[in-house]
Amino acid sequence: MSGNMEVWVYSDRHELALEMLGKGREIADKLQACLAAILLGHDVDEKADELIKFGADKVYLIDDPKLVSFQLEPYLSVLHKLAASYKPEVILIGSTRNGKPLAARLATRLETGCIPDCIRLSVDEQGRLVGERITYGGNAVAKIISKTKPQMATIPARAFEKPEPRERIGQIVKLEVKVEASRTEIVEKKLLETSAVKIEDAEVIISCGRGLEKKEDKALLDELAAILCGQVGCSRPLAEDRKWFTEWIGLSGHKVKPKLYIACGISGVIQHVAGIRDAKVIVAINKDSEAPIFEVADYGVIGNLYEVLPALKEALKKHLQ
Amino acid sequence: MSDFDKNALEEAIRIKEKLGDVELVTLTVTSEDAKAVLREALAMGADKAYVVSDPSFNELDTFGAAYVLAKAIQKIGDFSLILCGETSLDSFSGLVGSRLAEMLNLPQVSSVRKLSVEDEDILAERALEDSSETVRVKMPALVMVTREINQPRIPSLMMIMKASKKEIVSLTVDDLGVEREKLSSKIEVMEVLAPKTERKKIKITGETPQEIADKLVKALIQEGVIGR
Repeated sequence: MSGNMEVWVYSDRHELALEMLGKGREIADKLQACLAAILLGHDVDEKADELIKFGADKVYLIDDPKLVSFQLEPYLSVLHKLAASYKPEVILIGSTRNGKPLAARLATRLETGCIPDCIRLSVDEQGRLVGERITYGGNAVAKIISKTKPQMATIPARAFEKPEPRERIGQIVKLEVKVEASRTEIVEKKLLETSAVKIEDAEVIISCGRGLEKKEDKALLDELAAILCGQVGCSRPLAEDRKWFTEWIGLSGHKVKPKLYIACGISGVIQHVAGIRDAKVIVAINKDSEAPIFEVADYGVIGNLYEVLPALKEALKKHLQ
Repeated sequence: MSDFDKNALEEAIRIKEKLGDVELVTLTVTSEDAKAVLREALAMGADKAYVVSDPSFNELDTFGAAYVLAKAIQKIGDFSLILCGETSLDSFSGLVGSRLAEMLNLPQVSSVRKLSVEDEDILAERALEDSSETVRVKMPALVMVTREINQPRIPSLMMIMKASKKEIVSLTVDDLGVEREKLSSKIEVMEVLAPKTERKKIKITGETPQEIADKLVKALIQEGVIGR
């Protein structure tokens, strides 16, 4: 750590902030910069200690009752004041539903660029932040730099491995910043009912795509999931267009890392693939031999899922008994 | 017009249908000929369409796009509500709506899956990762809607015919007093790569589905991903 250069990490979701510190540490080391986490809230001292354990050299802590829960305008006003006075080299913001508008407005207020949803981050020979993101309708990965400073990027959840916590020395800088009022008012907040097991934690996932012809045929997948103690998932069209599921796996949905992922009738557009790339083994079953899913699968079966899945069920029963 | 834009337009039409005395205009910033898209928007139910076009716009980044939109909105006049899609289909950047709200100094509500207007206020339900929240905000405001908010209508032949009489207003960069230097991109795409994979890509073949399934299960046991 030397000089005044700083790399900042902020997310409204603490888990994501911790994940981002791993990559943030790498970026800061390459730039020989100080890695600072920004913590906004009320009575959050414990989180400050945790941010240091996960890799921050410094935590800027703004404790204010007005920051007790996330609201765009108050949070934006504080981050903007901090960035305007400390002039960080890099600002990484967690790409959540709240974080994205925050990053976009902060970048605009600072008149700078923002590389959204980076799945990879690095520093080039000239010391510039390089963000890689999926683009062009999902068919390519673009390497992007920011021509203006601070260099900003947003990072989706689970893009980077959460580092191992360890005992480290760090500095907690408590600051008083005037918090602007919010013009929006939260009149009701409801926690979503989460299913007993999160799909993110599943070890085996059987997933279906547009190749599934009827909603009832999901039973084929349920049977396999039961035998393999796994869960059933789907690609975006089945949730967004056909409404057969409420959630999906992919870039804009859940990112999963099972030991085994079986994609049935999923063509494999890159947005979907981005959600499964951490799977240990990927099996693809598709009747279209040209389907891009075969390019990212360990084992490919060219065939009709309505013939392959029942056969697979029998074979599993036979071998696993 | 991307599906995201259609959801925003559909929601605007529903608000107009409920409140009656509303003028609904669409605004597009483009480097290409957007007539077909604008006609579609008018057929769905917009009253008037504005288009700002310039060949240089194909180089616009999210900052530049939001800047041109903001300039055009200031030119068009007073408004109560700006609706936009959560993101666009080509790049999924999802930044333009928020940048626009910032440039116009508007309160904003994003990830909205339910919307209603009550007098001077907007009530919007947001879908967050682990919760939902209902937000109240006084207009003028900017709202970004999700795909789940509605099912956009498909215009009937009648509506398409009617739309041909509606006005499309073309604006240029000079009309808006746009400062050219503000259009220069703040980011630069260095390289576009095909996504890389490091998978085995083994094809499992056989005479019958049973034979294939058998081979697959054996391979997966070998990998240690199934069985005990």
